[in-house]
Amino acid sequence: MNEQQHIIGYKKLVGTWLALLALTALTVAVTRVELGGFKVAAALAIACAKSGLVIAVFMHMRYEGRLLRWLLFLALATLAIFIGLTFFDVLYR
Amino acid sequence: MTDNTQPAVSSFWNDTGKSGIASWVFSTDHKRIGLLYFYATFGFFLVGVLLGLLLRLELMAPGRTLMGAEAYNALFTVHGVVMIFLFIIPGFQGSFGNLVMPIQIGARDVAFPRLNLLSWWLYIAGAVIILTSLFTGGGPPDTGWTFYVPFSARTGTNVSLAVFGVFIVGFSSILTGLNFVTTIHRMRAEGMTWGRLPLFVWSLYATAWVQILATPILAITLVLVMAERMLGTGLFDSGSGGDPLMYQHLFWIYSHPAVYIMILPGMGVVSDIIPVFSRKPIFGYKFIAFSSLAIAAFGSLVWGHHMFTSGMSDTAIWVFSFLTFIVAIPSAIKVFNWVSTLYKGSISLEAPMLFSLSFILLFSIGGLSGLILGAAATDIHVHDTHFVVGHFHYVIFGGAGFAFFAAMHFWLPKFFGRRYAEKPALVAWALMFTGFNILYFTMQVLGMKGMPRRYYDYLPEFASLNLVATVGSWILVAGLIVMLVNLFRGLMWGVPFEGNPWGGATLEWSTPTPPPTENFIDEPIVTHGPYDFSGIEP
Amino acid sequence: MTHHPHKDDAAAKLGMWLFLFTELLLFGGLFLLYAVYLKRYPHEFAVAGRQLDWTMGTANTVILLTSSLCAAMALTALQLGEARRAVALLGGTLLCAGGFMVIKYIEWSTKIGHGIYPGSPHLKSGAPGESIFFSLYFMTTGIHGLHVLIGGALLAVIGQKVRSGVVSADNYILLENGALYWHLVDLIWIFIFPLYYLIL
Repeated sequence: MNEQQHIIGYKKLVGTWLALLALTALTVAVTRVELGGFKVAAALAIACAKSGLVIAVFMHMRYEGRLLRWLLFLALATLAIFIGLTFFDVLYR
Repeated sequence: MTDNTQPAVSSFWNDTGKSGIASWVFSTDHKRIGLLYFYATFGFFLVGVLLGLLLRLELMAPGRTLMGAEAYNALFTVHGVVMIFLFIIPGFQGSFGNLVMPIQIGARDVAFPRLNLLSWWLYIAGAVIILTSLFTGGGPPDTGWTFYVPFSARTGTNVSLAVFGVFIVGFSSILTGLNFVTTIHRMRAEGMTWGRLPLFVWSLYATAWVQILATPILAITLVLVMAERMLGTGLFDSGSGGDPLMYQHLFWIYSHPAVYIMILPGMGVVSDIIPVFSRKPIFGYKFIAFSSLAIAAFGSLVWGHHMFTSGMSDTAIWVFSFLTFIVAIPSAIKVFNWVSTLYKGSISLEAPMLFSLSFILLFSIGGLSGLILGAAATDIHVHDTHFVVGHFHYVIFGGAGFAFFAAMHFWLPKFFGRRYAEKPALVAWALMFTGFNILYFTMQVLGMKGMPRRYYDYLPEFASLNLVATVGSWILVAGLIVMLVNLFRGLMWGVPFEGNPWGGATLEWSTPTPPPTENFIDEPIVTHGPYDFSGIEP
Repeated sequence: MTHHPHKDDAAAKLGMWLFLFTELLLFGGLFLLYAVYLKRYPHEFAVAGRQLDWTMGTANTVILLTSSLCAAMALTALQLGEARRAVALLGGTLLCAGGFMVIKYIEWSTKIGHGIYPGSPHLKSGAPGESIFFSLYFMTTGIHGLHVLIGGALLAVIGQKVRSGVVSADNYILLENGALYWHLVDLIWIFIFPLYYLIL
């Protein structure tokens, strides 16, 4: 039983791909500049944007129901908490 | 006298038209898979009991009694690996989760029946690999079930093969969790709202989330241990710039939530049994349901309490200690609600109820000793002593184990169509309860006095208490034997168990006994809650 | 008894997403280790990272993004009833996957040829932080590469089923789920790329 028949058109997909390529170029450009620690944050932020696009469009999440989106948030929050709590140790030794 | 070993009615035992062992080990029926899990995991429980008995024999007297240090190290390692990875983690979800949950939600089967079968086969494959590691190469691992580096990276024993076996078992666990979450979301019968789910189902749901989110961390950790040994990656080796504490973090990020995989289904069973044998609806249904989720959530935040003496930062120590105290709260909520359910109930002390009531007591004792362990300052005194060993046996064995026995008495008659004899069941319980406390309370006293864990020898001043504990283990096992003989005889040849003898109100009690493969003759439409006993008499 | 044929695409998709969460956490463990060791060895990670070829890394990023595009378009094609185009696009995905593995092979063999591999004498005698960086690099890209192979095999099998008509416009959940798996492989690389090739 197919609950939703939402089909993402080719144009939208190619447009997303172009945006991803642009962001990739941006990542490379940003990290060629000597920004020290800010490099990490910038690159990670752009990576998050890229993955957001892949998840929302390629993986269809933009058109899915609330449940799936909340569960994704749960999984990401879990990973963030694992890393965060570990850093209570690593940062303060 | 006709052979009464098979139930006479047409049921999942005989209504598929196929017979023989292949119809079982390739079956996608959740009930058959549940029984396959039960036989396998309980079989490994008995192996683990045997190993435990041997450990207690060695500790009966100071000095070398039966074996030396190396053999003892291997023995407690295998005891732990078998009990944890081959019994209690897969056991509850795999056997009673599979047997009962789909029926309790009014479904024909789980969401992915073939994946369910794959889960069981992966479990068996992992178990075979673990068993192989005991008898090949450098021999059984001697690192403790916790496989701490640097020893696990360097010891000549068969660590790589053993952890690979655990990895496979973990994969089985992940698939089961995924299957159960999907099943509970998608396959509830009409009228079976989330608010009408039996509390056992809520507990399985919370457990399944832990299986999904925590087990992958174990998977990567075990792969990294194999990489340390086989590739020399050095990620946990201080000589190579690595940090052994990172192993401990990664290991416990899984293994602490894992203990909630062990206990949550047990709490769910108790929540289902107590109302039935008190003839009263559960007190605080919503609180118990949400406390299962809260335990799963908060339980994922406390892993550092295994590392208070490891060299972790002081900041981490007090953060994890604080969070550990918080996780006690939802468990306490459950205890209050169970006791409130009993109040003014019409209580009958049959075997499932006795095991459930003793669960509450034994789990609470374990929980209280957990507070001493959770407070970092007092933990320093008792860390790595038998106090810890006593604590976790109280919660895992007195808690999850006794709940498992409760479930056996409560549900197996439904699936076999025959029941055990009541008096021997009570005798067995009494022996087990007595032996259990003699064994493990004494152990906690020993730990408080300073007897370290994982040593095959100890100071002479600990001798008499160790002897007492060992005698306790014999009484415990005597009770276990009585229980097993009683159950086996009853389920095979005992009095037929028909209708709804317990007077349960959840859906499994409304099906034929044993259930047909399809579970229900007509698809159920649910109109009342799981503990609404109006019109139902035991 | 009314007996619906058991086909619940929403359940299949939910199950697939749950599986993807487990993959996220699997790689998450490796990223956790990276974060911790980056904090400890910022200088050595930078030195080691510069020994990786960022042009190859960028090429692989573009290749995987393109492979993801092909997989997503394959699903659209099938949903629109264009089965042959779907198969061709899946072929494109596999081609990209192959290209990715070739570049990965070149990278690895170059490194190993220079004595840079886990536990190598060269790394053992150098700065500990660099050894840690490369151990993480090989483990992470190795496990990722394994997933590229698995995903590729999966899509190849699904492509066959599209050709035979088993997977079609009326029954495309298998392709949808296979594509989801492939996108995850792409997602992981989106983070591997800057962390190993660019930050430093």
